[in-house]
Amino acid sequence: MLPGFKLTLGFTVFYLGLVVLIPLSAVFWKTSSLTWAEFWHTVTMPTALASYRLTFGASFLAAVVNAVFGLIVAWVLVRYDFFGKRLVDALVDLPFALPTAVAGITLAALYSQAGWIGRWLEPLGVQVANTQLGVFVALTFIGLPFIVRTVQPVLEDLDPELEEAAASLGANRWQTLWRVILPLLTPALLTGFALAFARALGEYGSVIFIAGNIPLKTQITPVVIMSELDMFDYARATAIAEVMLVFSFVLLLGVNVLQWWANRHNTTHLA
Amino acid sequence: MTPAATTFHAPHRTGHRRATSESPAVRRLLIGVALGFLSLFLFLPLVAVFVQALAKGAGFYFQTLRDPMALSAIKLTALAAAIAVPLNCVFGVCAAWAIAKFDFRGKNVLLTLIDLPFSVSPVIAGLIFVLVFGAQGWLGRYLNADHPALPWLANWLNDHYVKIIFAVPGIVLATIFVTFPFVARELIPLMQAQGRAEEEAARVLGASGWQTFWRVTLPNIKWGLLYGVILCNARAMGEFGAVSVVSGKIRGQTNTIPLHIEALYDDYNFTGAFAVASLLALLALVTLGLKTWVEHQQAALNEPESAP
Repeated sequence: MLPGFKLTLGFTVFYLGLVVLIPLSAVFWKTSSLTWAEFWHTVTMPTALASYRLTFGASFLAAVVNAVFGLIVAWVLVRYDFFGKRLVDALVDLPFALPTAVAGITLAALYSQAGWIGRWLEPLGVQVANTQLGVFVALTFIGLPFIVRTVQPVLEDLDPELEEAAASLGANRWQTLWRVILPLLTPALLTGFALAFARALGEYGSVIFIAGNIPLKTQITPVVIMSELDMFDYARATAIAEVMLVFSFVLLLGVNVLQWWANRHNTTHLA
Repeated sequence: MTPAATTFHAPHRTGHRRATSESPAVRRLLIGVALGFLSLFLFLPLVAVFVQALAKGAGFYFQTLRDPMALSAIKLTALAAAIAVPLNCVFGVCAAWAIAKFDFRGKNVLLTLIDLPFSVSPVIAGLIFVLVFGAQGWLGRYLNADHPALPWLANWLNDHYVKIIFAVPGIVLATIFVTFPFVARELIPLMQAQGRAEEEAARVLGASGWQTFWRVTLPNIKWGLLYGVILCNARAMGEFGAVSVVSGKIRGQTNTIPLHIEALYDDYNFTGAFAVASLLALLALVTLGLKTWVEHQQAALNEPESAP
């Protein structure tokens, strides 16, 4: 029997409690200082409601766009050879590694009216900076690696015999793709989607510079929390934070269930 | 006979190839779409950071980086990372050892709880430490209470004017929170996959617990550990939202590098903001380079074992 179980598990639980669980429980303690009516009034005030709509809507759309393009990127990286492939593969993780504040000011500069991208969009009447479209662009940037990195390993491990079998049974390429490959990728695709969506919901740094943070229009929920904090209204800030936390926890639970399903799904197919 | 066989097989072989891969036109289209999307969302922003940073020339660039406010921000960021990364590293190794080498009830709950900081918005990560240590939080209530428990502690804290929120300790705490899972997340699956046979063999041969860890486990997990440390450090140095809540943003005192970038940007000193941002962009590129190298090393380490 290996030693150190009590020591390592003890330290793990102690450190987890001290750094994560006790501080997080402060949120629920603080909101208990509000009455139910006050709490409800705060979390349903117009700026908060508008921010939920924007945060959820833009996060969802960004995750959908990333699911489509992320799948194509993963496919191209696994199946094809082209010049600079290894460099491209390494750079896919850039949104993980680049600090959000750097991403934020860079996207704001690119999409401003004089920016490299903004100046081409302006004649078309498309404004990205200081609009909800800007929030979507920032959330697409930070969610980009999630789908690629969850789909890529599954695609690499895909047994080529499955495609050969489909082809020998008379399926054309599209039928093989839709009926054989895509169903096998679905659990990974959904997991990546949920991870990108969850990350986008809480995102702050990369959004605030490009969004302009106009109340009721381009304010995401973390910005609403921040503006309550700037007014030192901790109870109201915490009430809105609690709504977000509950959604995040439900999503985290969903991701775990998805991964459990994905594992089961894969083993059933191997057997 | 032979030519006839060749003509018979030729259409079959091309047909076979077409059925399990795409036509060259579709390949080119997909590669084009992928590279187009990545260019727009990844490469262009990366290039833009450096172009904007050098927009006013190298002189202005280095002048911005040598500014005392910038230097103080660099020092504070390095300090926060120097405390947060080793602590989370020790935690990651402990958690991975307990979870990968032993069976116990509640393991899945523990795994989910370790991931928790990933699903908490950075702003909320900062907020929780304000609620614990702020003037209106638990610590503030304790210090302002008429009859606090452990009066000597309350007196000592009041006398020494221990400040956590809007000061350096708060920044360190918020950084520890947001980087909490990184090392553990890398090590747990790696050590679970490696099993416990090698360690058990070392024990049977008479190695002590520490010897087993240093001589058997650590060489096996070193690349995974390094990988976790690199990611943990990148996040620690780049964290913005959580630190922004607890810092108070006092220039030259409680501004980290990302907060200094925001301050310069808010002053409309865009070139200055990008000059400082280019430091973090360089750090991101180094992180990606190291990550690719470490993955290569890890693959090389696993190969001789999986070959026979």
